[in-house]
Amino acid sequence: MSRPGLVLEVDDRTPPLVVHEGDGFRLEEFPRGTRVVYPPESLPSVPDVEAAIDHALRNPIDARPLPDQLFAGMRLTIAFDDISLALPQMTRPDIRQRIVEQVLTMAAAAGVDDVELIAANALHRRMTADELRYMLGERVFRSFYPQGKLRNHDAEDPANMVHIGVTDRGEDVEINRRAAESDLLVYVNVNLVAMDGGHKSVPIGLTSYTSLKHHHNSHTMTHSRSFMDHERSAMHHSAWRMGRVLKDHLNIFQVETTLDNECFPTAYGFMQKREWEWSVKDQAAALAARRGLALAPTSMRRRIFQGVRAPYGLTGISAGEVEAVHDATLERLHRQQMVELDGQSDVMVLGVPFIGPYNVNSTMNPILAACMGLGYYFNSYRGKPVVREGGAVILYHPVPAAFNALHHPSYVDFYDEVLSVSTKPSVIEAKFEEQYATDPWYTHLYRTSHAYHGVHPFYMWYWISHALDHCGDIIWVGAEKRSVERMGFRAASTLDDALAMAQGTVGRSPSITFLHNPPHLIADVT
Amino acid sequence: MMRALEVFASTSRYAAARAVGGSVPGLALGAMAPLRLVTRERPEPPGPGWAIARPRLSGICGSDLGIITGTTSLYFSALSSMPFVPGHEVVADLLTDCGDVPRGTRVVIDPVLPCAARGLDPCGPCSRAETNRCDRVTVGHLAPGLQTGFCAETGGGWGEQMVVHASQVRAVPDDLPDERAVLLEPLACAVHTARRAAVAPGDSVLVSGAGSVGLLAVLALRRLTEAGRITVVAKHDAQVRLARAFGADDVVRPSSAMSLVRRATRAMRVSSTRSEDGSGAVPAVLARSSLGKGAGAGPFLLGGVDVALDAVGSAASQDTVLRSTRAGGRVVLSGMPSKGADLSPVWFRELEVVGTYASRGDAFEVATRLAADAPLDGLVGGRYPLHRWREALDHAGSAGRLGTVKVTFDARDRS
Repeated sequence: MSRPGLVLEVDDRTPPLVVHEGDGFRLEEFPRGTRVVYPPESLPSVPDVEAAIDHALRNPIDARPLPDQLFAGMRLTIAFDDISLALPQMTRPDIRQRIVEQVLTMAAAAGVDDVELIAANALHRRMTADELRYMLGERVFRSFYPQGKLRNHDAEDPANMVHIGVTDRGEDVEINRRAAESDLLVYVNVNLVAMDGGHKSVPIGLTSYTSLKHHHNSHTMTHSRSFMDHERSAMHHSAWRMGRVLKDHLNIFQVETTLDNECFPTAYGFMQKREWEWSVKDQAAALAARRGLALAPTSMRRRIFQGVRAPYGLTGISAGEVEAVHDATLERLHRQQMVELDGQSDVMVLGVPFIGPYNVNSTMNPILAACMGLGYYFNSYRGKPVVREGGAVILYHPVPAAFNALHHPSYVDFYDEVLSVSTKPSVIEAKFEEQYATDPWYTHLYRTSHAYHGVHPFYMWYWISHALDHCGDIIWVGAEKRSVERMGFRAASTLDDALAMAQGTVGRSPSITFLHNPPHLIADVT
Repeated sequence: MMRALEVFASTSRYAAARAVGGSVPGLALGAMAPLRLVTRERPEPPGPGWAIARPRLSGICGSDLGIITGTTSLYFSALSSMPFVPGHEVVADLLTDCGDVPRGTRVVIDPVLPCAARGLDPCGPCSRAETNRCDRVTVGHLAPGLQTGFCAETGGGWGEQMVVHASQVRAVPDDLPDERAVLLEPLACAVHTARRAAVAPGDSVLVSGAGSVGLLAVLALRRLTEAGRITVVAKHDAQVRLARAFGADDVVRPSSAMSLVRRATRAMRVSSTRSEDGSGAVPAVLARSSLGKGAGAGPFLLGGVDVALDAVGSAASQDTVLRSTRAGGRVVLSGMPSKGADLSPVWFRELEVVGTYASRGDAFEVATRLAADAPLDGLVGGRYPLHRWREALDHAGSAGRLGTVKVTFDARDRS
């Protein structure tokens, strides 16, 4: 029996708590009275995953069984979430592999020959062949990749895109041509967080800048409260409108999967346990990890953490009509991640871990660190933000001004050029976005190399719009002062220093809440 | 007799300065410098048209520092005569009449020593009024010297007295203070540079370097041309502020220069070597090695600015401008060159490389008009007596870092 989430109030007996900070972690002593929000323990996982997948495909919600929709001579496209999910990457076999294999088996049984697989990477970087092989398995990879039938979505290839129509708000709906012209589009989701899935899958994963700019902008992001609650997220409202336009043109068979909270392998098991329950072995592992990481050079630490594979278990799978499937997904996800929290606090504390959606096998640069902390974790609430309006957010991450030139070329220029002019999302949007979005070099690298699209750093910055709008102070502990200040924030050496710096905003005795994640949690703030 | 700073021939000091000048500029500008404070004969007018002048202020130019630190190309050794008194950025008082200019007049000098100053019939360039291109700078009744300040017989601004030819002197308006007047010579050079750059309306321009040469070039380009976006590469904070005040649209650090140009001009960036991770970054070991540099390793643009100006003269700065200019664009070499850069872009991109040396024609008159209202106050940030020459040179060598644009000698000051 798994235990639900917990809100601990720090007292004299509370041991130091694990706080993630990039490629490392620290054990931090919090002031007495600090509320610490722990995610629920893992729900029981599905014992027979293959059977669960088969059942979902044959018994979909509000849709005909998948085998009934497959026929010889049809055009079938299978799209799947890209490498931004799950985090960290799953141990093999990835759930996408398992689902795709079963869909392909059913297609083969129905005599379907025209099948293509597309990574729904939108404006994310193209996945490498090795990454596709890891995600979908050797058999699928070898059967489709050499023939070009397994590929990345290319949002900058005009011949590859088709304009479906516009929503009642005038939003362009443009998606991948192959998907749009298929008799059936199966979309395989890994719903790690509540933000994913639903109409966010096809209308966003297989689209282009033309469509994305309608909801990935500073105004919409500021009014998405929060991303984890699609009914109160302006971004999701837009995606839902687009999805309903698509529904009239396209037969989508949505598959959504939910995972448990097992995001660390055994060696790092202490990271998802409650510290006062650590065994001697856990304590030794934590101590060894701390010492080892302190001695390891940066590149080794990065290799260690990028090598982490999460032994996620499947808590459920649903298939069928997009919105109905998503409702079922959210129910399971909330059970796994939701923690009730009574009231907001003056200060919210977050540890930004080593991995985010956009630095898999890469570097978490300052913009991505900000997005992870202030975009994802800050928005991981339902109801009200964890921190009160005008309160302070304190984050842990070293924020080195380090960039991966292969994956994030436009981030380098965004950091150097754009952030030196302004950090206000609406200002940089007006002044720079289109230049970056249409820059031929970034476009070339997005299409032919493994670079995120030129506009991607802007989206990351818009992602933090709500936090920037809501918070009175944002302070990073243990961060490089220069890079933090470039982003318009402040740096502190310790938590005590950060709290002292925030006194002007929250007073001398602020209420503090620390979100103890990962594993993922959603604070249901009443 | 008079006091003056004198550059003298010393093979050992030259070799030592050349060996350590780049890495330990303090030594090259001090103990190892082939420069000394001497008491020497006052220079005498070498012929008709010459007059005696007493310097008020004389600037320290990058080319002066180059001679002293041994970083200047040996190409120029045949164009000077030892020992000489440096100082070609001079505001001085005439002690005798000079052509139509009466004694007592405050003047600046155009330092080139063309045929007219040497008692020769005009050579081809001089007959076309291209005096800065004179072919006779090593002959005539004057010792060899491409300019005053490099000639053994004229003296220079770093001494208490010098001789000037009527073809060189330009009267200074009474309302122009010495601190502005001493900038007229480099400003005239900047005017000439702007003209040589032949900037078409709307052209994008990159200026690499924000010392006095670069800053004044920005001023001239902004005031005298219809340049579009002007981007300046500056190392130091004070230079950033000044570059903007002088008309730059963007100011970037050297490490970001190519990125910003690429962004602004929507160019493609490529790297001449491939890294193992496919990122296009130059492998560190190759980038650091002389092999890599000599082989042209490093990124460059396909596309770029219409006109780029090197106002430093270093190989790195030349590389920046050569690699950031669009095909068919123009590269202007304004800084005195020291070491050569990889010329592959000139060939492949069909670049037009233009040199710009000193000035000619009405450049001084134009410079004088510019100086009347340009934001030049505070540019002269150091004013030293001759005997404090080590401090002065040290200051000039670190001018950018210290927020100074121009350091000067005041030969009248004996304190």
